Amino acid sequence: MNFELSEEQKMIRDAARDYAQRELITDVIERDYKAEYPTKHIKALSELGFMGMMVDPAYEGGGMDTVSYVLAIEEVSKVDASVSVIMSVNNSLVCYGIQKYGTEAQKKKYLPDLATGRKIGAFLLSEPEAGSDATMQRTTAEDKGDHYLLNGTKNWITNAHSGSVYLVIAQTHPEKKHHGINAFIVDKDTPGISLGPHEDKMGMRSSDTHSVMFTDVKVPKENRIGEDGFGFKFAMKALEAGRIGIAAQALGLASGALERSIQYAKERKAFGTQIANHQAIAFKIADMAVKVENARNLCLKAAWNKDNGRPFVIEGSMAKQYCADIAMQVTTEAVQIHGGYGYVKEYHVERLMREAKLTQIYEGTSEVQKIVISRNLLRD
Amino acid sequence: MKILICISNVPDTTTKIRFVNDNTAFDTNGVQWIINPWDELALTRALELKEGSGGAIEKVSVISVGPQTSEPTLRKAMAIGADDAIRVNADPKDAYAVAHQLAEAIKDEGYDLVISGIESSDYNGAAVGGMLAEFLGYASVSSVSGIDFENGGFTVKREIDGGSEMVAAQTPFVAIIQKGVAIVPRIPSMRGIMQARTKPLKVVEGAVTDNLTEFVDYEMPPAKATCKMVDPENMKELVNLLHTEAKVL
Repeated sequence: MNFELSEEQKMIRDAARDYAQRELITDVIERDYKAEYPTKHIKALSELGFMGMMVDPAYEGGGMDTVSYVLAIEEVSKVDASVSVIMSVNNSLVCYGIQKYGTEAQKKKYLPDLATGRKIGAFLLSEPEAGSDATMQRTTAEDKGDHYLLNGTKNWITNAHSGSVYLVIAQTHPEKKHHGINAFIVDKDTPGISLGPHEDKMGMRSSDTHSVMFTDVKVPKENRIGEDGFGFKFAMKALEAGRIGIAAQALGLASGALERSIQYAKERKAFGTQIANHQAIAFKIADMAVKVENARNLCLKAAWNKDNGRPFVIEGSMAKQYCADIAMQVTTEAVQIHGGYGYVKEYHVERLMREAKLTQIYEGTSEVQKIVISRNLLRD
Repeated sequence: MKILICISNVPDTTTKIRFVNDNTAFDTNGVQWIINPWDELALTRALELKEGSGGAIEKVSVISVGPQTSEPTLRKAMAIGADDAIRVNADPKDAYAVAHQLAEAIKDEGYDLVISGIESSDYNGAAVGGMLAEFLGYASVSSVSGIDFENGGFTVKREIDGGSEMVAAQTPFVAIIQKGVAIVPRIPSMRGIMQARTKPLKVVEGAVTDNLTEFVDYEMPPAKATCKMVDPENMKELVNLLHTEAKVL
């Protein structure tokens, strides 16, 4: 076994850390408060190549592995999970989906812009009545010969406003249930697309989330991904890869909270000594550190499996569920360690706690991950 | 025009410092190595100058004296944007040895501007830049807080008592830089990291040099003393403490 990261992987981790600790930290609290999109940061991170890290260099991507991607997402998420979710959706759902399943023409047309952040992608699967139960797609894609006609509403769409390339999942053959679903690449400026109001969220407030309405939206046939009826499988495959990104995000929230707690416990004094010298605090730190270490190992294992062409579905779900659940626990303990200071925005940990909650919900809830894990283990 | 940045491979500034061998050597176990912060600023500025020169500055190179384990630091400099790197294969012993070995490695390479950080963040010797200029027979400009390239020549901003002065410098020369040449060090991009894989890293043997110093003993600075509050009415106590504890009177 070799747990040593390569020099390149370390460089990528350090680059992400430097950007996060130097730049994101300066306005993260204000952007969270104002729910303001991180325009300048996404531009800077795009120039550094963080928006298409795993895309083939032939399409202007970074050509990096999933392990590097996990390291970068963790570092960014320690400071700003809003920025990391924008990165994650673009990298591991949209870019990954098009690179893995798109035609050569689709890749040539869309990947260079997405990989360089000139355009941002969004993944439109969830609906008002189809969250975890993604088979119940009400959005329809009617086959009109040379094009499809899209109608319906998508909910909770990250990058809906900032993004301009949509991956849309919609039902073409309702009688075939989920085998009748298709996936499409849709340019946002296509007539008939409108956005609902900005969602006022509990956390990740600096990322833009909207519902998206489709009214007779014409999508050229060549924009369908894969064969007719491949859409549901496509969505599941994209989510399988995307989970590793969200797991890494949850890991970053937890490890960021742990780092802040260690620092605070050594500075803050109570009863005549640093609170780190009180066993009540020291043991909390130990428990948090064990969880973070476990989470990191699960994440890296899933990423390593993916990079080495091994199955990563169970590992990805384990990582997503565990990282999200411990992110909630660790960030909550971080607030407890900080006491009153933890409850105010200046000390960051209350925000990490608000953001951690979402990692248990989106891109497959913790409960859905348990379904995936158990079904894979119990299958005959 | 060709620019060369001298890079010192130093422990990360947050490293916990420990000594071994009876306090005669620095314990490098588990240490993260980085580009000396001043050198990183110099590299950043050199790349900005190259990019703005319309091709007049054709190359930015980096050089370091160190064993093979220091190569990741040079690779990182190339990921940030340096075109190539030279590693002088020798243990960086002291300022004299490093300056001598750098000079021997580059004296025939024709660099127009050689930049050295004012000091390395580990030993803080602040001597290599000046010595290197002497060995090379180049002019040197110290206390540099800004470098510009206009009309085919370099102008350098020096910090002096009460202000600064601008110096037009004839090449070749050595600039010994401090903070101010660049605001923040450049972060390597994915593309840069990928390209660094294939950029040339030349290894040259370190010239034999005189042994002028040896490390006899390291010691940690005394722990930071706590602040003592003295009643403003009690001048006697204050004088007593300054005399017996602080020993400044």
